[in-house]
Formats: sequence, structure tokens, C-alpha cells
Amino acid sequence: MAKGRQYFGDGLAYLNPSDLKGKLIVIEGTDGVGRSTHIELLQEWLEVQGYGVITTGWTRSSLMSRTIDTAKEGNILDHWSLSLLYATDFADRLEHQIIPALRSGFIVLADRYIYTAFARATVRSGDPTWIRDVFGFAIVPDLVCYLRIDADTLALRVLESNGMNYWESGMDLRLGTDLYDSFKKYQTLMIEEFDKMAEEFKFEVVDARKSLEEIQEFLRAKIQPLLRSAHSRGLARVPAGAADSATEGS
Amino acid sequence: MTPPTSSLRTFGQPHSYPGKLIIVEGIDGSGKSTQLLLLQKWLESQGHNVFFTEWNSSDLVKETTKKGKKSKSLTPTTFSLLHATDFASRLYHSILPPLKAGMIVLADRYAYTAFARDAVRGVSRSWVRKLYSFSIQPDLAFYFKVPIDTAIARLLGGTRGQFKYYEAGMDMGISQDVTESFRVFQSRILSEYDKIVDEYGLTVMDATREIEEQQDDMRAVVTKALEHYKPKRGGYGKRTAVFWRRFGVSKPE
Repeated sequence: MAKGRQYFGDGLAYLNPSDLKGKLIVIEGTDGVGRSTHIELLQEWLEVQGYGVITTGWTRSSLMSRTIDTAKEGNILDHWSLSLLYATDFADRLEHQIIPALRSGFIVLADRYIYTAFARATVRSGDPTWIRDVFGFAIVPDLVCYLRIDADTLALRVLESNGMNYWESGMDLRLGTDLYDSFKKYQTLMIEEFDKMAEEFKFEVVDARKSLEEIQEFLRAKIQPLLRSAHSRGLARVPAGAADSATEGS
Repeated sequence: MTPPTSSLRTFGQPHSYPGKLIIVEGIDGSGKSTQLLLLQKWLESQGHNVFFTEWNSSDLVKETTKKGKKSKSLTPTTFSLLHATDFASRLYHSILPPLKAGMIVLADRYAYTAFARDAVRGVSRSWVRKLYSFSIQPDLAFYFKVPIDTAIARLLGGTRGQFKYYEAGMDMGISQDVTESFRVFQSRILSEYDKIVDEYGLTVMDATREIEEQQDDMRAVVTKALEHYKPKRGGYGKRTAVFWRRFGVSKPE
């Protein structure tokens, strides 16, 4: 038997998480490792099997997304405010999106989770404790898959796609004289943080340099065991018609 | 687990900056803002360069709070986090620089407001304290203690004439009647404040007394606290809140 749902630390004192019967699956990994592609594929795979799925993404709450964009345009400088903006965004999505979906028995696919905030804050402040306290209200996921990549390959991929941006390069930390040096140093520190957390929080780690098919196969193999147990515990099933139309759409 | 880095948990131990941080706390209608204003006038007349900051006033977060309040989508946790974000931003931009430069900073409400309000809204007391553990311990913290009826009479008889939705705790579904809701909500806040006063050793002021009597007391306490303080100022006259210039962001209408 799986143990009951838990909060990370000081939880939402006004909300008992024990009746949240859905599954919370997190895909972590830096920009450029293909998280969103894999989440799309997973959603389709799950919906075809009849499972209700919602996806949720970092900084995508209706309350906060614009504020965070403004902040990143240079209106904010300190790491506390940035961390707290992320936390507010996350809390908004947790209470209005993730928890209601879990309560109704949906599978929630989270594109990044609190670990992203942990890594960014720890790299910036050197203090891993405060940020974990802040996110104490987060729900412990059923599964965390981490798409791991090395900084060299990542730099190549990012240059080939959207290019390096200020924040993903950690330019606020003044680690290097130009975007490329800073990017490499910052992402190396981030990967180190993620490696530490992979042990601490028992991530399922997959090499993001593998082919898309191989990675997808890995993710499905990790998710499959959760489904079987969830299935017998009354997970919501999307009507056959809905699953069909989702398939046609892609 | 990595052990906590104690040097980063600044709340709960005196700061080492040359400036002074003086804050006021109390419920709405306690008269704390009036007292702080009078203190500022006096300090300035003594030749001090004084900086003022107030709760929930940073441009960045104010917009979002307004939006959340309008759509009534704020939960106790997002409400709490938004205020912490605002506080962090003001700490970094408005409080720390003058403190480091050796000036006096006056704050209308501080982290204690969050400790009191957020607990009443239902978030974990220990969580909200951890949330603010990065803040600076004030040199002086005044708590203006007032009975709920006095506060209500002041607010209804005063310039405001009515209660604001969130100040009255209307989101908590206590009562449909705004005044009654305010009474219940703010009474709970008062009892939280009582605990906080003991926990953090705030200086309690009897806020039912005459304005000038309270101010005399306040100035006496401040005079003592500034005994060994060496005022610092640049060569210019008073410049209000311009030491930090924002760039590249247009002012909201």
C-alpha cells in the first residue's frame, strides 16, 4: 500500500491532503531538454488509455504569470522576491489547479516543480533551508523524473533553438563576462544542485541525450506501475470519445 | 541534509548596520500611522535623513494583489506569499540601502503584521515565521494597543467612513455585515498580536491616550534608542525615496 499523501513541510493548515486520490507526476530538467515534448506525448498516451490528465507548468498561473514576466524584465533584483514570486505562482496553481484535479482523480503532469525553485534559490543564496521552508505547503509528488543533461550539450542545444536568455544564463549572478561563459557556469551549478536533489528526493534520472523514443519509453515504464495501483483506487476515466478526439488532434 | 546557514537567518538577532530601523504595528484604527508620521516630522526637524516604507506598497506586487483581490481568487497562502514578496522587495530596495548607509528607516507595519493576519486567515504559524526569516530585526518595534470598539469608532467616524473588504476579513465568510465581520476578524488579530508582543518583546503603547501624549512617550523611547547613533547624510537636502531608480518599466496608469 502506498502511504498517504503528504506535504513537504508546514502544509496548508486548512486543507487535509489525504483524500487526493489522483497521481502527481513531475518532469524536471533545465530548459532545452525537451520536457514539454515529453509531457505532450505522455498526456496523449495516458488519455488514449482513458485517464484524465491535466498539465501544469512553472510560472503559468493566471494570477502571477504577468507579474513574473515584468519582474524578469528588470524590475526586481533580489533572490528573495524572485523565489517568493515563484512560490506565489506555485501556490495559486496548487490550490486552484493541482489539488482540485487530484481530488477528482486526475493525473497531473507537472512541467517542473518545486525542485526548480530549490536549485535556483540555492545557487543564488547558498542556503538550501529557507527555500524548502517556503515551499513547505507543496504536496510530495508520486514520481519525479529528471531529464539530465551535461552543460556542454545543453549549451549547444539552446544555441540551436531559442538562444541563451539572461535568466537561464544566470547573468544576475555575474558568473562570467559574457552570456556563453555565464550560461555554462550557471547551468553547471544548477546541474550539481539537481544531482544532489536526485539522491535526496529519489528522482528517476534519465539521460536527456538519448533519443526521444528511448526517453519516452523510460518515462512510461516509470509511470506504468503508478497507474495500475491508481486504477484500482478509482482514478477518473475520460469517456472514450474524448480520448479519441485528443488523438486526432495531434 | 545540509545544516542551515545561520548567518542567513537574520530575524531574531540584532542587525549590524550603522542605521536604525523603527517600525510600528497595530490594527487599523489604532493610530499607528499618525504616530509614525509625527515621529518622522520630529526626526527630520532634528536634522535626520529619514526613509519611510509601508506595508504592501511595492509597485510590482501591488498590481497583482489588486488583481487577486478583484477576482477574489486569493487563498490564505497566496495572500501571505504576495505580502512576503512585497516585503522582500521593499527590504531589498527601500530598507537595506539606507540602513547600510547609516540612515533612519521608518516602517508602517512589518513582518509581525503577517504573523498576526496570516495566522488568523489559517496558515501555519511556524510556516509564516520561516517565510520571513530573512528579514532584519528592527531596533525598535512599537505596538499600538487599542480595544476593538475604539478602533471601529475611529474608522467609522474618521475620514475613511467605511471598512475595506479584506481589512474586514470579508473573504473569510464571518458575517455579511461589514462592521461585524471587521469586529470579529480584527479581534482575532488583536489576540494574535498579544502573543507576538510577548514572543518578540514589542514596545506596547496605550493607543487610547491623547495623540500628543503618545507621541511624547514615543519620542522619549526613540531618543534613548538613538543615544549612540551617529547621524549620516550626504551633501544634499532631503530626497524622498529617489535613491533607487527603476529602469525600463513604464508606470502603470
